[in-house]
Amino acid sequence: MTASLALDGLSVGFPTGALGDPRIVSAVDGVSFTVASGEIFGLVGESGCGKSTLANAIMGLLPTSTIITGSARVHDAEVIGLSDAALRQMRGNTAAMVFQDASTSLDPTWPVGDQIAETIRAHQSVTRSEAKEKALALMTEVGLTDPSERYGDAPHRLSGGMRQRIVIAAALANNPKLLIADEPTTALDVTLQAQILQLIDRLRVAHNTAVLLITHDLGVIAQVCDRVGVMYAGQLVEVAPVAELFANPRHPYTRALLAARPGAQSGAERLAVIPGQVPDLSEEIAGCRFASRCPRRIDACAVTPARVSLGDSEVACWNLPTGGTE
Amino acid sequence: MISQSITATAIVLAKSAPRRRHRLPVTTTVGVALLALLILAAIAAPLLSGHNPETVETARVMGAPNALHPFGSDVLGRDVLSRVLFGLRVSLLVALSSVAVATLIAVPLGLIAGYFGGWLDSLISRSLDMLLVLPALLLAITLIAIVGPGSTVAALAIAIIYLPILARVMRTSTLVVSRQEYVLGSRSRGASAWRILSSHVAPNAIGPVIVQASVLSGFALQLEAALSFLGLGTQPPTPSLGGMLADGRDVLTQAPWVEIYPGLAIALAVVAFSLLGDGLRRALDPTGVAS
Repeated sequence: MTASLALDGLSVGFPTGALGDPRIVSAVDGVSFTVASGEIFGLVGESGCGKSTLANAIMGLLPTSTIITGSARVHDAEVIGLSDAALRQMRGNTAAMVFQDASTSLDPTWPVGDQIAETIRAHQSVTRSEAKEKALALMTEVGLTDPSERYGDAPHRLSGGMRQRIVIAAALANNPKLLIADEPTTALDVTLQAQILQLIDRLRVAHNTAVLLITHDLGVIAQVCDRVGVMYAGQLVEVAPVAELFANPRHPYTRALLAARPGAQSGAERLAVIPGQVPDLSEEIAGCRFASRCPRRIDACAVTPARVSLGDSEVACWNLPTGGTE
Repeated sequence: MISQSITATAIVLAKSAPRRRHRLPVTTTVGVALLALLILAAIAAPLLSGHNPETVETARVMGAPNALHPFGSDVLGRDVLSRVLFGLRVSLLVALSSVAVATLIAVPLGLIAGYFGGWLDSLISRSLDMLLVLPALLLAITLIAIVGPGSTVAALAIAIIYLPILARVMRTSTLVVSRQEYVLGSRSRGASAWRILSSHVAPNAIGPVIVQASVLSGFALQLEAALSFLGLGTQPPTPSLGGMLADGRDVLTQAPWVEIYPGLAIALAVVAFSLLGDGLRRALDPTGVAS
């Protein structure tokens, strides 16, 4: 089976700093993982760890000044370094993206239906009315009642959940091989969150689409994902099947992250925290980026840890704890 | 494309409809009514005046207003009312066409500078800044000195003066809109740069330019009057409001009506344009709380 998304050593750097003191913020550093077609892969990490940058790099949405190295293959085609025209061919066609806030990711002056039709017409040679037909069918598929009523509505006339359904319909308009959902439920309340996740899951099964689900919410990961990647400060520290990750976290950061969930420690009055803070990514950091905050730090951590396989998990750590949770 | 923008406009209007519950302020209604009245009067000038604005009547030199000549007659015995009406025609035409031309050029320039940025932005913005450093009237007078006087040249000069202002407004507004997530969203679905600019960025960024253009129309009318007053704009015998001000200046004490009525017409037109601009600003303000 070919992977719908294969990342190999993907790194993203943003040039920054003053004149005479140029620096590069290393937002993503050597990330490798694959997502099989029909699989839903969760990418979890705190704000600023490079999750969204990774997604934008795959879609070619980063500014041209960005330094991207490594490889990202979508449905067996390299996407890093593609020309503008080739990127446009890919976007919304083989790979599509859903953003966090549907209220800002739809054009306020456009009827919502036309925004779906626009995506169809960007990639298929169909007439205006055929595009509208298809858009209406998609609106039905994402669970909007009365699509023909809703088609001409401006985004502000729809509820947050309905808007996100429109965005998903537009993303799926050309049956993409890969759907990147960047925090698709963060702006929604819990009930809607569950509905939208179910919708994404249902569409994934129906179309055999690979889904890269980006979130900082471990609860969302637990609900729908097959496998999970944990990111810290631009590096992928652990990849594991979802059940394995929750039952048997390996990397010290993953453990600390799980321990910091509310209710993770029964009877504890205060939430657990990870001491220290995320390193400044514009500084050159040798070795493991979590080392400065890691309770299991050893001398070897000054060298970037290699990824080792442990059962179904892959972990990047020199000093793995053995056995269960500490 | 056209049906698209009509729907878009309809949606914008529908969107602002609930806000209309507060009603437009009286001043806006007054401004719109006044402007409509002035434009109608200018269009219907031949029907309303009843006199030829260029006919000299030696018997009526500086004649006071009466039933036949409600605004009186000027130094050459010409009917002031018909001259004001025909002058208004020229003035409005010059003001509106110059701002329209400036807007038509400024919008794409600002759009390109704001959206693409980089060297393209530097090139466009710096070139426009060069126009902006020159004093407006001096720029107009220089151009007229080169090409020769006339209302077309005056209109062109005014367009060049307002071009950088309008382009700057469009650029700033484009910068804001380009950073909206729906622009990124549209890119992520494979829309071309041209499509994003024409369908998503331009319609959302044009509001402030329309407001600015309506306010500038008032100033353009004033500028045309100033140029004609100096003898650089509309040339006699064609009546113009500025030219009439120049004629009436010498007889201000003997026949004040020669001066007062064209001055009043200019003032009313400027007030109407700025009230309209103010109203548009409120109507197009996305937050709806502008005071």
